[in-house]
Amino acid sequence: MTPINPNQRTAGAPPVQRLDDESRVKSLSPSMLVFKRFARNRLALIGTAILAVMFVFSFLGGLISPYTQSQTFYKSDIMWKEYASLSVNNEYRYTVAPGEELPAAARTQFILALNAGQSAYSAGGAGYSWSMLGGDFITIYKTSEAATALSLPGGYAITPKPGADFPKDAQDALIEALNANQTEFEHGNTRYIASRSGKSYSVSAAEEIAIASARVFDAFEPEFEPVTTDYGFRRAALDAIARGSAAFEYGGIGYTQSEDGDIVTIRDVSSGSPVEFAIVSRYIAQGFSPDIRVTVPFKYAILDAVREKAPYFAFPDADDPDREYQITTPKPDTYTIKRETVTQLYDTESRPNRAHWLGTDSNGMDMLTRLMYGGRISLMVGFAVVIIELLIGVAVGGVAGYFGGAIDLLLMRFIDLFNCIPSWPILIMMGAVMDTLEVDPYARIFLLMFVLGLLGWTGIARVVRGQILTLREQDFMIAAEATGIRVSARIFRHLVPNVMPLLIVQATMSLGGIIITEATLSFLGMGLKYPLASWGTIINAATNIYTMTNFWYLWIPAGMLILITVLGFNFVGDGLRDAFDPKMKR
Amino acid sequence: MWKFIIRRVLLAIVIITFGSLICYGVMRVLPTSYMERVARQRSTMPGARPYTEILAQLNAHYHMDQPILFGFLRWGWNALRGQWGDSWFYAQSVTKKFADVIGYSIVLNVITLFLEMILCVPLGVLAARKQYSRTDYAVTIIALACISLPTFFLATILKFVFSIKLGWVDLYGVVGRYYEQMNAMGKFLDMAKHMVLPIVTLTFINLGGLMRFTRTNMLEALNADYIRTARAKGLPERRVINKHAFRNTLIPLVTYLSYLLPSLFGGSLITETLFQIPGIGYMSYQAIVGGDIPFTMFYLTFLTALTQVSLMAADVMYAVVDPRVRVS
Repeated sequence: MTPINPNQRTAGAPPVQRLDDESRVKSLSPSMLVFKRFARNRLALIGTAILAVMFVFSFLGGLISPYTQSQTFYKSDIMWKEYASLSVNNEYRYTVAPGEELPAAARTQFILALNAGQSAYSAGGAGYSWSMLGGDFITIYKTSEAATALSLPGGYAITPKPGADFPKDAQDALIEALNANQTEFEHGNTRYIASRSGKSYSVSAAEEIAIASARVFDAFEPEFEPVTTDYGFRRAALDAIARGSAAFEYGGIGYTQSEDGDIVTIRDVSSGSPVEFAIVSRYIAQGFSPDIRVTVPFKYAILDAVREKAPYFAFPDADDPDREYQITTPKPDTYTIKRETVTQLYDTESRPNRAHWLGTDSNGMDMLTRLMYGGRISLMVGFAVVIIELLIGVAVGGVAGYFGGAIDLLLMRFIDLFNCIPSWPILIMMGAVMDTLEVDPYARIFLLMFVLGLLGWTGIARVVRGQILTLREQDFMIAAEATGIRVSARIFRHLVPNVMPLLIVQATMSLGGIIITEATLSFLGMGLKYPLASWGTIINAATNIYTMTNFWYLWIPAGMLILITVLGFNFVGDGLRDAFDPKMKR
Repeated sequence: MWKFIIRRVLLAIVIITFGSLICYGVMRVLPTSYMERVARQRSTMPGARPYTEILAQLNAHYHMDQPILFGFLRWGWNALRGQWGDSWFYAQSVTKKFADVIGYSIVLNVITLFLEMILCVPLGVLAARKQYSRTDYAVTIIALACISLPTFFLATILKFVFSIKLGWVDLYGVVGRYYEQMNAMGKFLDMAKHMVLPIVTLTFINLGGLMRFTRTNMLEALNADYIRTARAKGLPERRVINKHAFRNTLIPLVTYLSYLLPSLFGGSLITETLFQIPGIGYMSYQAIVGGDIPFTMFYLTFLTALTQVSLMAADVMYAVVDPRVRVS
């Protein structure tokens, strides 16, 4: 006779349940019990929520954010930027005649000779001489020996140099000059210079090759420049200035000049009304870039402002009729003219705004985006280190606990030894070494993970060993041994899963600590490095007192994120421990 | 008991030896050294000899050209005779430098410990007495928040608020600008003022651990049978808590305090560095970064020895406080 199944459903009737039916008692699996206990803990739930938010923020935030972690932002700002400069010229400037040459050595020697008052000098194997035609106008000659003259009683014996052109009438002129005690004379178009040594004279023909003057020519219009840079024009103009004559002619065109203070204006009078042609002055005006042409009226405007000692002046340009310029004097007789220019700048340390919700950092990168990417690195470092710690800790602790005896003793002493290595000094040493070796920022992460893991596994090993020591004496282990399975399977299949709850608690709790350690190292500048973003490297900005004082939004958010995340891990770890521990009734 | 202590001491000696050997090895195998830095500096001076020559001479002078094990034995032999050598970085005797700076660390940590005890023990006991109440939750949250607070963040926030915004204390250092002009009382107050922020930081950072430790142990004591007996006898609640439960909580607390010994005398590297308090923590930080082997070795060996002493002290204290414990 088969027993009546009490649960058998008869159509339309409710199922009949026996009083001692098993399904009346709601039995929960151990993991479900843990979960229920966990879910009843308010702090643990808050911690879970915090962690969920942080993970979304870090791992999805980077995808949602419109920026990348190393994208820099710019802003445009109006700044006074150098536009032109004006200086008083005190150096001789040379204009060399067409087809001639005045080497640099000859120029240097000229200045020396000028200062020493020697009219003849030599440079680079050639002879030169100069004569001052006016205060500011010097002509330079190249000399070539033409003849020698010997003073005899009653006359001169003149010997022309072989190959030199020194005709008879030139000899007459020489004698005439020597009789008049003159050392210079002109004959034909050539100038001769006689220099005396004892009773003999050496006569050389001088050919004008250059003019030197401290005055500068500025053409009124760009098309006049071929003329104003012309040797002949400059010579004629400087000559006229030196002689104080009001008019001169060059190339068939007449010019007049008038002096206004230290500036001479040259006007072209060839056509009906005089045209302003050029000015000659000791002021050099230059644009700061090749495309800036300093016009004569602008130069006058600068000079006026300089004379009035006005810090600002206005001068119209194509865009703005009242364009303002600023004059600064970096050194005497030198003036820098600045103009307000629109400039592109890194948008650094900008306050939180619509485009950058937490502002930008000191490199002009979006702070919120960097915090998101930084969260990734900080969390990943935490997880990687915990995994390394777990791998080493479970292996060492498992072996020590299972085998016991000498192996246990040996491994535990090894752990003691490892424990006594002070971790902070070692980490700081490592950071300093990586700084000197300039290790790549990405390689730094892995090295840091490895060292942190290596320094932190002993705690987990102890816990695992302690737990396994008690577990291996239990009945299920005797059963496992009786079935004859491998030792490794017995440890890692049967023992370690039983340690799992404790491991999870330990791992969660130590995650927070690792994140703090990494952040502290980075804060001290020994951990991760720019351009990689981690919360620690971001808050590193606060080591700069200026940043810390003025830009709270550059370091407080990162610090709060670290604090909240670690708090989340600790809440969850605490909740898990309570949930796993059957002794603590809640 | 004595047998246990002797065995423990012998083990400690082995651990200290190997620990300092590891530290020495690490310092020696670092790819850069203090010698290289000095040699590089000197070789750039006008008329200097070549870098390699200076380096070789420096290495020979400081016995850095010998093998690591040999160098360690030489160092160990000198250390055993109490000759810790001269610090390279501070250019004075290691022990003298240590004696100069250890005072700051001790003052800092003793006051911190005192404050911690005053704050944590009553709060932990309170939380345990009212388990799962609002107070308990509040204490737990405070404790976990303190554990989660990074030292540097707390220190920076405190500096930001109290030095920069309010201007009450200085940002760094242990004495103010006018310290030298002050009289004895003024000097004392000035130094005390500079110690406030570091002490507050240290106290907050260490608060959480002790608070939770007290709570857990108090809970354990309160759940014990003898408490039920005491209550059943009709003892007043205050007496039950103070006499029966709290006294038993003191046993693990005393043990816990032994573990704090290294931090008491070993300085607090991070906090001292952040506030630039010239205690042993900050000084050794600079020595470590500067690659100063004698000072670093002294500091690390000192720390290791201190840790071993604290572990031993914890074991012995446990036996002393709790007569039930029999060490074997």
